[in-house]
Amino acid sequence: MEHTHAEHQSGGGTKEIWKVTIILSVLTIVELVLGFLMIGIPLEREGLRLLIKGVIVILMMAKAFYIVAYFMHLKHEIRNLIMTIVVPLALFIWFIIAFLYDGNSFKNLRNTYDPHFKEQSTIKVEKKEHKPEGGKH
Amino acid sequence: MSTTTATPTKLWSGGKSPFNVEYGKLMMWYFLMSDAFTFGAFLISYGTIRFSSNGWPDPNEVFKSFPFAPEGVNAPLVFVSIMTFILIISSVTMVLAVHAGHNMDKKGVIKYMIWTIIGGAAFLGCQAWEWTHLYHEGAWWGSNPFLNHDGTASSTNFTNYFFTITGFHGFHVFSGVIINIIMLIMAMNNSFEKRGHYLMIEKAGLYWHFVDLVWVFVFTCFYLI
Repeated sequence: MEHTHAEHQSGGGTKEIWKVTIILSVLTIVELVLGFLMIGIPLEREGLRLLIKGVIVILMMAKAFYIVAYFMHLKHEIRNLIMTIVVPLALFIWFIIAFLYDGNSFKNLRNTYDPHFKEQSTIKVEKKEHKPEGGKH
Repeated sequence: MSTTTATPTKLWSGGKSPFNVEYGKLMMWYFLMSDAFTFGAFLISYGTIRFSSNGWPDPNEVFKSFPFAPEGVNAPLVFVSIMTFILIISSVTMVLAVHAGHNMDKKGVIKYMIWTIIGGAAFLGCQAWEWTHLYHEGAWWGSNPFLNHDGTASSTNFTNYFFTITGFHGFHVFSGVIINIIMLIMAMNNSFEKRGHYLMIEKAGLYWHFVDLVWVFVFTCFYLI
């Protein structure tokens, strides 16, 4: 047990911690700037909005990588452990593609065959007044 | 890493740990993986429902308020970015605590654990304020006062998913703070000094970073896109 403990000292160090902190902060700030940018873009420009959302998702994945690799030290573990953790998570690639595609397909089917559903999404409603003491009781 | 340069076959031929980590840490990784699938299922289900809807509320409209600001203030993203930074910083102090543990620096561990706990508590406070505020605006499970971005009527899917997922994450933060408090007490009682290592701090740290990791996804999915 003693020698495994000593081996875990490899990698890391405060210098790396601060480097990753700065990277995470910068990525978050860029995400927020893009978020603010999106406020000014009208819904009609769907392509541009989707593009920005895509960039935000990529930045999110980068942040996740830095947290797992450096803060959770996975990058400094041996290959066996890294693969044991990372390979099962690859299932998410299929999950995300399959389920989002399914959701989108359900929407298209309903818009085609369910006139009520389609109609509901075209009627604009008045904004309800915000009661200061609102809520449900 | 000098002892791990053996070929893979030798690594699995017995006599040494093929993962080169202690049992508890490996099991923490396995637990976190299962937890990742739970959160993943929640978020993917949210995505599926969102993709199957013709409209969705605009997060910049829903999350635009700020504590102590006058009614009707328009400050989208500001409050949640503060929450995000609080969690990132508390994650950093947690790494620093783990690092201090490696060096058998009891004082450093205690100092950074206290900062981590403060960060966690601050995050929970922010979330409590946000939930209370939304509740008073009429948002809760099964009740959605907000309209879709295009001005059409919105379903309760939005609030149901928001409260379920941020609630589940908030519960993780809460249990993380409890675990960190236990670690702090153990460090103060010299439990780790007697054991000769601070590996428990490392395991608590893994859990705490995972909580931060999940927030990265929750924050993006609910507040940004």
